[in-house]
Amino acid sequence: MPHIRAEGLAIEFPLYHLGARSLKKRLLAHTPLRLRQDASNRVVVAALRDLTFSIGPGERVALVGHNGAGKTTLLRTLAGVYEPVGGRLEVQGTIGSLIDPAAGMDQECTGRENILLRGLYRGLDRQQSAALAEEVGGFAGLGEFLDVPVRTYSAGMQIRLSFAMATVMAPEVLLMDEWFLAGDADFMERATRRLERLVADADILVLATHDMSIVRAWCTRVIRLDAGRIVADGPVAEVLEPAPAA
Amino acid sequence: MLAAAGTAGYRRPMLAPPSTVPAASPLYVCDATQPRRLERALQDLGGGFRRWRLAAALAWLDIRNRYRGSVLGPIWLTLSTAVMVFALGLLYSSLFQLSLAEYLPWLAVSLIIWNMIAQTVNDACTTFTGAEGIIRQMPLPYTIHVLRMVLRNALTAAHSLPLALLVLLLFGAMPGWEALLALPGLVVVAVNAIAVGIFLGMVCARFRDIGPIVASVMQLAFFLSPVLWKPELLGERQVWLPLNPFYVLMEVVRGPLLSGGAAPVVWASALLWTGAACAAALAFFVRFRGRIAFWI
Repeated sequence: MPHIRAEGLAIEFPLYHLGARSLKKRLLAHTPLRLRQDASNRVVVAALRDLTFSIGPGERVALVGHNGAGKTTLLRTLAGVYEPVGGRLEVQGTIGSLIDPAAGMDQECTGRENILLRGLYRGLDRQQSAALAEEVGGFAGLGEFLDVPVRTYSAGMQIRLSFAMATVMAPEVLLMDEWFLAGDADFMERATRRLERLVADADILVLATHDMSIVRAWCTRVIRLDAGRIVADGPVAEVLEPAPAA
Repeated sequence: MLAAAGTAGYRRPMLAPPSTVPAASPLYVCDATQPRRLERALQDLGGGFRRWRLAAALAWLDIRNRYRGSVLGPIWLTLSTAVMVFALGLLYSSLFQLSLAEYLPWLAVSLIIWNMIAQTVNDACTTFTGAEGIIRQMPLPYTIHVLRMVLRNALTAAHSLPLALLVLLLFGAMPGWEALLALPGLVVVAVNAIAVGIFLGMVCARFRDIGPIVASVMQLAFFLSPVLWKPELLGERQVWLPLNPFYVLMEVVRGPLLSGGAAPVVWASALLWTGAACAAALAFFVRFRGRIAFWI
């Protein structure tokens, strides 16, 4: 069964290019919260500190918290980009990550070439990639622009293309950053329907967002992060204040 | 169902207990107390080589994008090498008092092989820093970025191949079948390129000063290695040449093309250097692979 289990998970970003010792001292003196010195005297930012949680099948988890609380870092760690420096992480299930829409997009390539490239990134064979191109092209509604270099696209077209490419999949564990909830209104309706289907099909959803109405609509559980720690974890109604009566 | 096959492509577990795992649901475990570094590094290498088609596509795009909008495109690579060969050929054949027929085939082949090696080494420094955008967004085997760099440079070098053939034909120095011995030589160079890509790619990601150092070392190596000059000019002291890794790696390709083969001592030294490069690269890769994402 798909699940995510983290025990004492910690991620630290070393600040390598700090240079002068005095600067180091000043930094450490002023921010005792998240900057600290590790065993080999490097200044490190504690991005995630001692996270313990477990997410079972069927759970829809929202990660909320201020900017810099560690939401995206946690998503990337779950996706396997960062290896934890402390603790243990176990993720069972095929992972689909919608973190950066433009990742792996080549501006000089045409839309179609980019779709085929994305197929290669995902490890699909030629046939699957061709099928991918058909479906993505259809959904993004680019028409004749599919065979024009991406750099000539309008911002909206680029978003449509990346959204369509990123959401053609049926992962068991879906990791999503809130970027995917922004887009032009015209496209948003179709996009929302598609996301809803994707979310419904996934066994586990982990969504980093600031938008509490999305949390209330889609999620069953909220994990609130602050300065890299979990400060609240529970059902939506418990963690969030009651919805504003409007 | 398309992506189910794709997203599972990376880090397919080897230790997942089959009894409790139905179907092909991949398990990703990362435990800081039991890093299993060797196993992960080998999985990374295996996964990267299995997905060489991605690396090849990216390398091809790199070349295409570099020459986008230019009329001659990658032919410029051939042309600039040609200009270099003939200009240096005229100058140095008179400096060394050699006839053009004697010197130009040597210079053309040497320079093309040297360019291949030097460009690869310089490019190796940006193997991982250049792929920052991908590394921080997608968990791919790091080996893919290394293969991309090596294939990109192989493609670049291939553009100069016709030039070498042209010069050899022009001066009637076409080698016989023994020229095929250059192929195992190229394999040795390629293995070194992968090792150097991993090693320098990682070191340069961590210490940003290494890149400029490598560039100046390569410039020095150009003059210290027999590229412009023939080893015979060293007289007795040429017995020490096989200690120079650049010389032996050039010679395992150049020897078969120009003088019917490379000496056994050259091959032995080339293989020893290759072994050393691979060992250093593997040791680094096993120990620090998990840190690359934090370095870039």
